[in-house]
Amino acid sequence: MLGFLLQRVLQAAAVIVVMSILVFIGVYAIGNPIDVMIDPGADQALREALIKRYGFDQSLIVQYGYFAKSILTGDFGESFIYRLPVLSLIWSRFPATFELALSAMVIATCVGIPLGIWAGYRPDSIAAKAIMAFSTLGFSVPTFWIGLLLIMVFAVELGLLPSGGRGEVGSILGIPTSLATLDGLSHMILPAINLSLFKMGLLIRLTRAGMQEVMGSDYVRFARAQGLPERQVIGLHVLKNISIPIVTVFGLEFGATLAFAVVTETIFNWPGMGKLIIDSITTLDRPVMVAYLILVVLLFVLINLAVDLTYGKLDPRIRTKGAA
Amino acid sequence: MSAVPLLEGEGWRQRLSAFWDDYRQNWVAVAALIVIVTALGLAFLAPLIAPQNPYDQSALDLFDARLPPGEVGSGGYTHILGTDSAGRDLFSAILYGLRVSFLIGLMAGAVAFCFGATIGLLAAYYGGRTEAIIMRIVDLQLSLPAILLALVLVALLGQGLMQLVAALVTAQYAYFARTTHGAASAERRKDYIEAAMSTPLPAYRVLFKHLLPNALPPLIVVATVQVANAIALEATLSFLGLGLPLTTPSLGSLISNGFQYLLSGRYWISIYPGIALMVVVVAINLVGDQVRTILNPRRSK
Repeated sequence: MLGFLLQRVLQAAAVIVVMSILVFIGVYAIGNPIDVMIDPGADQALREALIKRYGFDQSLIVQYGYFAKSILTGDFGESFIYRLPVLSLIWSRFPATFELALSAMVIATCVGIPLGIWAGYRPDSIAAKAIMAFSTLGFSVPTFWIGLLLIMVFAVELGLLPSGGRGEVGSILGIPTSLATLDGLSHMILPAINLSLFKMGLLIRLTRAGMQEVMGSDYVRFARAQGLPERQVIGLHVLKNISIPIVTVFGLEFGATLAFAVVTETIFNWPGMGKLIIDSITTLDRPVMVAYLILVVLLFVLINLAVDLTYGKLDPRIRTKGAA
Repeated sequence: MSAVPLLEGEGWRQRLSAFWDDYRQNWVAVAALIVIVTALGLAFLAPLIAPQNPYDQSALDLFDARLPPGEVGSGGYTHILGTDSAGRDLFSAILYGLRVSFLIGLMAGAVAFCFGATIGLLAAYYGGRTEAIIMRIVDLQLSLPAILLALVLVALLGQGLMQLVAALVTAQYAYFARTTHGAASAERRKDYIEAAMSTPLPAYRVLFKHLLPNALPPLIVVATVQVANAIALEATLSFLGLGLPLTTPSLGSLISNGFQYLLSGRYWISIYPGIALMVVVVAINLVGDQVRTILNPRRSK
């Protein structure tokens, strides 16, 4: 187990180093931030002082050296636009994205898994076909378009829910969140549903496929032959065996949801990290872009690691195979 | 699917007609296919059908801006789907937009297919360290969401048709590589490939004439879905303002352009292009679903 753990951690570290180099080159080798940063009316002396201050006069390798060193000390630099330390800027937007992604995942799981189980349990019923049609719609129709329809129906036509913004922000355990106030919750409903539909479609398919495979297996037949009640067969034997792919997807998709929130946040004007990255791309705010990308890569690597380790816990066969 | 490995040119006609017999069992999939063919026809015949050329700035009249569906504009014809904020006839803009969307989707899909399949085949063929490194990169890319990769690449490469296609290909080739690798490494262990490799045939011939055709069925499914994904991804990028400029309207930029008028009740500017987008993307996915069902080797006949 220790060897497996060590191997995975080393792999994760290597991935982060490689990605940081790629992100750095990608972002710094293209475009010229000096023009964006410095007022064209500034005189030559001021211009040069600023170039020196941001280190643009150094070679790329030297710039990467500084960059890697400051990242290791947790310093991602200052936003060109907001004039704030990037890390605290991103961190201040994080709760908004996190609560949105979490609500979306909860909705997707609570609705998607039961629907998937039903669709796999009675695959020929009309309900199962309706569920599958819904799941096809859920992950083939672009998220932004569904968001638009939600706004049109619930905000413009029916006037039931707000069309955007985060609403009144309360606080739970000292963390600012829209989940704490009624107004905040009403602002949360549409974006959370919007973000959840893709995951829901995926979870329905995955659960259904798992159900169908497991339902035909010998141990389910034996469990039934033993005279176990159907509830126990499904709840104990079937669910346990379809849990592995679901845990994987849940883990991987949570990271993806945080990143995918970009689209939903733009439509619903949700002040999270996704909106920040879109703004930083359009304004060429490099420190924010770089820090966001590095943090996303870090997040994905950590989630992958966690999923790998959970796998090992759920299925001992993978552990021995992976360590070999 | 026959279990017998396929030889060059053997029975394509029979296989195709057998495939079609299976395909038409599902009327939804047949309807979806008809929708796609119709949309393709409308899109590529757009200059003949559309009452207005939406790229021609001089043909636009600001007096016609934001006319609701059914009104007659200064051109003397009825705007059946209304006009947008620049006075573009939406019906014409949607037809041209479909054209751009199909073009981007097919181009990105085709390039990603060639690139991804080649990489997957090479990994399966050479094995060992080459395989380990290639597939590790592919897996890493698959764990990142495509939208994020595409977003970053468009930000780095700038706006334009070729940049957009490049971003989509980079975001999507990994799906083809993974699928090809999976199918090809299963075929790789079979006797006919061993036999072909023991002859002095060059590697590329074994790869593309023997390995690829037998790894093709799952790839066809991925290709269908990825074309739909490319169209949806392009629309999303354009909606976020990072795709094509409004002078070459794709469905995404049309929707984006109408979004600001949605709250004031001028729904048609973004809703109609959106419906076109949704219908096309869902139809392609439905066709893909049916193809997957037919090509599934575990399906009982």
